[in-house]
Amino acid sequence: MFDFSVVTKWIDNLFNRVMPEWLSVTIECVLVAAALLVAYLVLAMVYIMYERWVCAWIQCRRGPLRVGPWGSLQIFADVLKMLIKEIVRLWNTDKFLFWLAPFFVVVASVITFACLPWGKGMQVIDFNIGVFFITAISSLGVLGILLAGWSSNSKYTLIGAMRSGAQMVSYELSVGISILTIVCLAGTMSITGIVEAQENGWFIFTGHIPAIIAFVIYMIAANAETNRGPFDLPEAEHELTAGYHSEYSGLHFGYFYLAEYLNLFIVSGIASLLFLGGWMPLHISGWDSFNAVMDFIPPTLWFLGKALFMSFVFIWARWSFPRVRIDQLLALEWRYLMPIGLFNLVLMAVIVSFGWHF
Amino acid sequence: MVLIDIQSSTLAVTALLAGIVLVIGGLVVALLIGPRSYTKKKGEPYECGIPTRGDNMAQFHVGYYLFAILFLMFDVETVFLFPWATICKEVGATALAAVGTFLVILVLGLAYAWKKGALRWK
Repeated sequence: MFDFSVVTKWIDNLFNRVMPEWLSVTIECVLVAAALLVAYLVLAMVYIMYERWVCAWIQCRRGPLRVGPWGSLQIFADVLKMLIKEIVRLWNTDKFLFWLAPFFVVVASVITFACLPWGKGMQVIDFNIGVFFITAISSLGVLGILLAGWSSNSKYTLIGAMRSGAQMVSYELSVGISILTIVCLAGTMSITGIVEAQENGWFIFTGHIPAIIAFVIYMIAANAETNRGPFDLPEAEHELTAGYHSEYSGLHFGYFYLAEYLNLFIVSGIASLLFLGGWMPLHISGWDSFNAVMDFIPPTLWFLGKALFMSFVFIWARWSFPRVRIDQLLALEWRYLMPIGLFNLVLMAVIVSFGWHF
Repeated sequence: MVLIDIQSSTLAVTALLAGIVLVIGGLVVALLIGPRSYTKKKGEPYECGIPTRGDNMAQFHVGYYLFAILFLMFDVETVFLFPWATICKEVGATALAAVGTFLVILVLGLAYAWKKGALRWK
């Protein structure tokens, strides 16, 4: 399998030959940051169009149609529109916190995004505590949402932010526990390590029933974490206008929108890395020619394809279920997902301890 | 395995700065090219267009605090479980028994909260 770190090592050597180390490190950091932001923004654009097309398809509509072929240039028009809109300054807000809130939301998603490997060695941040780092950083987003809602000084945003806070911290537990189940099975917290442990079969196939239960719990909880689908009551438009970002306008609002779509990619990316083998191709033992064809597809395409498929499932869920009430939402987490998740973790630990897994 | 021979922590700071630059850069561009006008009415919070009444810092349900406390309890527990889960394969049944005891005590805590009605949204 192609190791992307060969390319980066080559560039690194090239720089080190002609300049002192501090300069080459600085230049490399700038290059990494530029690549990261480009990938982030391009992916956000792709995702916004993707969601609109899938929504249109599910609802039997035409979707964006006019701008460019199949409306594919619509997103550029949208970005331009958002950029030239006025940023309305409200007189009664807590100005510092109001302007600080988008930073939290965007920075949390950028750092988490940087942790996802797109292929072997094709990853910016690779801690040996990878998944733990991801869970820690992604919970920063809640702070941004709470700040946005509170500092806007409006009743709707405050209620939206409180709902969002309660929802995101609750479901974070279930996400954490289903990640723990997979850490148990893989024996490492490094994301690269977890993906490489799936070389002989994705965890959803080799992990027995606990892995499948963990996958289902992860999907439900991640859907709630991103404030989407049936769990979008923080921004329930019929009661709260737009929830925590009602008072934001123009590009200021655009950042919340951006982070929301990137969070969709991040949760589907994590689902594909932990359960569906990340960049590992699909292999069926015995079918050698089939495996050879699957190996031919580049790892990055495998990862992106799986992530897009998981996002499709999230969007599908969004249009298939009615919005839940806050009491149903919290009951689902605390009375069902949490106890089932904990039991599932013990089950997985028993299977792993006695070596009953494949 | 890192991307280049740079510490991952340096790269994490790089990603942090990249995020900050993204937000600042976009906002500066938007403030420069966007229109600007100010009226008193426009600066009021948007609450469906009708004039706002009373203090905007509304009261909210006390239940949110309850769930935040429950979250704290279980989140700390998850932090304790991560190191065990990593070496679960090597340490085997003894550690499983120890962690099992820990989990049972926590689940008793959840059961107590459930019995007390803390999980019910009133």
